[in-house]
Amino acid sequence: MIGAIRKALRTGFILIEQPFDRLFGPSLNPLAQLGALGFFFFWIVAVSGIYLFIFFDTGIERAYQSVEHLTRDQWFHAGVMRSFHRYASDLMVVMVAVHLLREFSYDRYRGVRWYSWFTGLPIIWLLYASGITGYWLVWDKLAQYVALASSELLDWLPIFGEPIARNFIATGTLTSRFFSLMVFMHVAVPLFLLFIMWVHILRISRPRVNPPRALALLSLAALVAVSIWKPAISQGRAELAVVPSPVGLDWFFLPLYPLANIWSNGTVWALLGAFSLMIALMPWLPPLRRAKAADIDLAHCNGCTRCAEDCPYEAIRMVPRTDGMPFPAQAEVNPSLCVSCGICVGACPSSTPFRRTQDLRTGIDLPEFSLKELRERVVEIAGTLKGSGRVLVLACEHGAAAGRLEGTVVMPCVAMAPPSLIDFILSRDLADGVAVAGCAESACYNRLGIKWTEQRFAGERDPYLRARVPRERIALIWASALAVSRTEAEIAAFATRLVALPPKRLRSPLPVSAGSPPARVHAPAEPGNGP
Amino acid sequence: MSRVLHLSGGFIVIAALFAAVAWLSDHPVYRQIPEGSAVMMLTFVHSADRRGECRRLSPEEIAKLPPNMRRVQDCPRGRRPIYVELDVDGRNIYRASLPPTGIAGDGPSRVYQRFVLPARRYDVAVRMRDTARSDGFDHERHEAIEVAPDQLFVIDYRPESGEFIFR
Repeated sequence: MIGAIRKALRTGFILIEQPFDRLFGPSLNPLAQLGALGFFFFWIVAVSGIYLFIFFDTGIERAYQSVEHLTRDQWFHAGVMRSFHRYASDLMVVMVAVHLLREFSYDRYRGVRWYSWFTGLPIIWLLYASGITGYWLVWDKLAQYVALASSELLDWLPIFGEPIARNFIATGTLTSRFFSLMVFMHVAVPLFLLFIMWVHILRISRPRVNPPRALALLSLAALVAVSIWKPAISQGRAELAVVPSPVGLDWFFLPLYPLANIWSNGTVWALLGAFSLMIALMPWLPPLRRAKAADIDLAHCNGCTRCAEDCPYEAIRMVPRTDGMPFPAQAEVNPSLCVSCGICVGACPSSTPFRRTQDLRTGIDLPEFSLKELRERVVEIAGTLKGSGRVLVLACEHGAAAGRLEGTVVMPCVAMAPPSLIDFILSRDLADGVAVAGCAESACYNRLGIKWTEQRFAGERDPYLRARVPRERIALIWASALAVSRTEAEIAAFATRLVALPPKRLRSPLPVSAGSPPARVHAPAEPGNGP
Repeated sequence: MSRVLHLSGGFIVIAALFAAVAWLSDHPVYRQIPEGSAVMMLTFVHSADRRGECRRLSPEEIAKLPPNMRRVQDCPRGRRPIYVELDVDGRNIYRASLPPTGIAGDGPSRVYQRFVLPARRYDVAVRMRDTARSDGFDHERHEAIEVAPDQLFVIDYRPESGEFIFR
């Protein structure tokens, strides 16, 4: 059931992301920057809030008057800031909601990712608490409604001796100190929210907390345009003797309030409790079957730190050497954080299929899909390729090519393939070209797999793809699981291009036995590929 | 040129999304009570009498107590529930026995009830029993009131004066 919902949602996201990818380009696709945009809108809310506080006056009469003054008389700066404050808050809710749905749809909330999912729950609560306390401060009709409805909700809980809603039913029961309390709450809760946002990304390597500059500028410009087109305004002074009806509700922050009116406060609490419990338990409903964590082979680890730098999950750290070898550090894997994506295998300079050891070993390897198995699989599949324009596809198990039956080696992430594997395939004439087919560019399942692969191939990140490898014989295809026909078309076009290329200059022909290394030909050592 | 077109298209899409968000931030409007109606609210916080009579301690009993805890009377801690009734135009719309709050049942009883009514003239009667008596009422008020559209008409109780307040 959950799997079917997830699949339907994923299909929906992929269908939306494809045109967004075309319009914005993968790097600026807002759907791939939801977390970063959430942070971005938080900072807009924080800065605009500080600015508005300069003009805000606490007090039953003065609160409304000061907000009206800044909205009407100072509209060109404070009024715009008020709109920024309101709309950026709403947009943050949208970003959080879509971010949650997207991570769910891509199954990025179970296994080791439970932590970020779980810590997202208090973010939702604190975000709503921040927004709702902000609405009280304006002290217009909406504020009166929010104050009354919120306190009725709180009064349902057996916490307060006297119903706090009684403070909002008659003039004279409310004092100006209330506004000082609300200002304090409206500052303290967002500060705590920021702290939890930091906790939320603690276990993520290189978290994106800032959107690309172009996307940030586009968002800022759009926010200015919308703030001028439809400025946020108050809804008339609060009058406690009058029922605040009708009110223009903020449907992002206050959708449950009408439900409390239609059902009951107890039902709303039950709904919130059930939602929170469901979110909290989802990473284990059912738990993700996890492959065994990566293993370190100290005999092949020189403590170069590349695996630790490339791991997207902070699962590898460098610790002092324990085996007496003359290196200061060695890698250590935290099994509870490792998702077995294999990116570390692709990063390890020992991971070269050219190695001549009888049993191919590398510094860090996946117990359930080792580099040796990868090489054997590549050799085996390459043996099935026939004719001219032979293309060997190295596919990510989450991308469009994962379901291909012929000429394809599937792995947890394309970044598991060390650049030397491409050299190995081409120099040993296992194929005429290599297509590396991963997830959609804006939705890499392992976050950094596409980025690292591109940087390694471009010679920007260790281990580099050697200069001798003909780039025209490599195709990078980034496509979602739905883009099968596009992927097939790109592979076919690549094969056609390969036919037209001049013959390769073979450096290291394949030995007779596929598993054993060549007897005579030496692969020249190059920086970045040696252990 | 292509980048400019992409960015322009991106801006239009983002601005349209933001505009939708801005519109939803106060639309559609929500009416919590039907047009032409009002809210009558019965709410008060009041402590009923204690469950039992206070008993005067004998000099021997007082002497047995620690010096800092000596007192003349021994009173039961718990309070009685409050019984309240509200009639509108002679028809009972609310009656309840309100238990005392607190773990030991020694806190005040509380009520907070909303009734949505059409705006017009009503004959309102409210009665409350907060003592040990088994019938009759200790406090009541009966009055004809005019309720305006969207008015929040509150029926409160002032323990200090022992009377119901209509406002």
